[in-house]
Amino acid sequence: MKGLREWLAANVPHRLPSLDTAAGNEAHREWESKLYAAGWAVVTWPAEYGGQDASLHDWLTFEEEYWAADAPIRVGQNGLFLLAPTLFSFGTKEQRDRLLPPMARAEQVWAQAWSEPEAGSDLAAIRSTATRVDGGWLLNGQKTWSSRAAFADRAFGLFRSEPGSQRHRGLTYLMFDLRAQGVTVRPIAQLNGEPGFAEIFLEAVFVPDVDVIGEPGQGWQVAMSTTSHERGLSLRSPGRFIAAAGRLLELWRELGDPRDTAMRDRVVDAWIGAQAYRWHTHATVDRLASGGKLGAESSTGKVFWSELDLSLHEAALDLLGPTHDDRWTDGYLFALAGPIYAGTNEVQRNVIAERLLGLPR
Amino acid sequence: MTPSAQQRDFAASLHELLAAADTPSMARAWGRGEHPSGLALWRQLAKLGVTALAIPESHDGLGATAMDLVVAFEELGHHAVPGPLVESIAVAPLLAPPQWLPRLASGEVIATVAPWYLDADIADLVLGGTPGALAACVDRTRRLFPAAGDLTEPAFNAGVLACAAQLSGLGRALLEMSVSYAKSRVQFGQPIGQLQAIKHRLAEVLIALDFARPLLYAAAFSGTARDISAAKVACGDAAYLAARTALQVHGAIGYTEEFDLSIWFSKVRALVSVWGTPAEHRARVMAAL
Repeated sequence: MKGLREWLAANVPHRLPSLDTAAGNEAHREWESKLYAAGWAVVTWPAEYGGQDASLHDWLTFEEEYWAADAPIRVGQNGLFLLAPTLFSFGTKEQRDRLLPPMARAEQVWAQAWSEPEAGSDLAAIRSTATRVDGGWLLNGQKTWSSRAAFADRAFGLFRSEPGSQRHRGLTYLMFDLRAQGVTVRPIAQLNGEPGFAEIFLEAVFVPDVDVIGEPGQGWQVAMSTTSHERGLSLRSPGRFIAAAGRLLELWRELGDPRDTAMRDRVVDAWIGAQAYRWHTHATVDRLASGGKLGAESSTGKVFWSELDLSLHEAALDLLGPTHDDRWTDGYLFALAGPIYAGTNEVQRNVIAERLLGLPR
Repeated sequence: MTPSAQQRDFAASLHELLAAADTPSMARAWGRGEHPSGLALWRQLAKLGVTALAIPESHDGLGATAMDLVVAFEELGHHAVPGPLVESIAVAPLLAPPQWLPRLASGEVIATVAPWYLDADIADLVLGGTPGALAACVDRTRRLFPAAGDLTEPAFNAGVLACAAQLSGLGRALLEMSVSYAKSRVQFGQPIGQLQAIKHRLAEVLIALDFARPLLYAAAFSGTARDISAAKVACGDAAYLAARTALQVHGAIGYTEEFDLSIWFSKVRALVSVWGTPAEHRARVMAAL
């Protein structure tokens, strides 16, 4: 990661407008293309796709530097951190060659299309369908709570491709263009008033065979590999929380009452939690480097970082008192979603109890 | 910053020894002031090299790393072994006059230290001051003789780290007991472990223990007061959560003296507050930041 700190210091823009606004989305894409041009957008990817073939350990260093420099949130995160690992594991070379370069340059921003009105925590209840036609599939149905869909270009998700199939069987992992004929995107304002997610209505949307990932009918297995990335490792790196805990410490020094030991302890616990997540992630990366796999234990990480993020931001707001601070408020509102997305923490606790502790289903 | 294969092997052989030793009966006897079975185990631990870990090779010890000690103390905690383990094995080697070190290493000498002077009545070597009279402790296997006294900072830190490791091991054992009980105890026609209220509490315990452990290993690696205090806070919180949850999951049977859970529970409660309270350690972390 040679030269990274200097490059970030010279190039990180002053607070961009929110990525869930038209102008902010554009500004974040520009930032990400600049990051790409300098070689820092996708450090773990192979050089042929604009990466540096960096190890996961180097990636952790990259992330710590990135967030310490107060650099913008990654507008391409759904693609970069969720779809790309899936393409590397299950995609074809043609798919990687076609999809990864524009993803890395943020020319194509991806939304995820998992949830449906009747399939939230219970993802296997998916009803949207993919029907076989000549040369591809026709998608029908409705997706919702699709993060970033309001301003994204393409989306990936699961569709029921075998009529009458139940639960996890008969699903196919497909990618589609959000501007294709038959697609209607209806943005939904989030708690902060901005359209951070959207509903997607699909009416006979044609998707060619080349946009299926893995085998038709095997979508659940492919998707589960993505969700362990989403929960565990790549979506929320320790660097974010280390940087936020550092800012909380500064806030405590500035505003904290030294006699208020209850508040002091919350600040210390935020710092300890960030360190715990850091060293835990390093151990996970060690295990992956020596051939281990990321499985159900990613659920423990998801609960841990999402609760940490929230308690850290709550401590900041309590320190600020009635004083409004845009940045901590935005961070707090963002953190509130953590225990809900990527599988609610209650679902994760079920997974932990059943798959890690072996309690009966 | 995780235990090596060799350290894991060492932990496994220690686990094997302790699992066969009926440590609950030993702990009960120790609490009544009956020491023979506990002292016999001490000699077995010495044979395995546990008492020699923190003694330099120049004085017939193993000159082991802090990580070796942490791995050993996690197992000692896991089996709720009674006695002045932290005091004699982790702390005394940093305080004892050199002529005592070879016999500490061989296990012939058992030491205790200020200010609690745990098991001073059986200690051959007392460091840091003079013990007082026998005092009660919530953990009845802990025979305290509190009095004034002082430790050096490195000695204190070694005690804190070993205590944190014990807590981590105690917490893990409590989770294992709870999971096993939740699988076998049937109420409302099903194992209680099938109920989400139980599942979620046990999941929280696993999360707390899994995220405390890396802090323990990081503290063994860095040796700084800041990291050692952070590890003590996190291991204490996680072990106490494990203890409270274990008691609740077991229900009334867990609230009996006869059931072994009581030994683990009360040891956790005692260790959370010694070698520095959580408040003292949080203050120390803040001071270091």
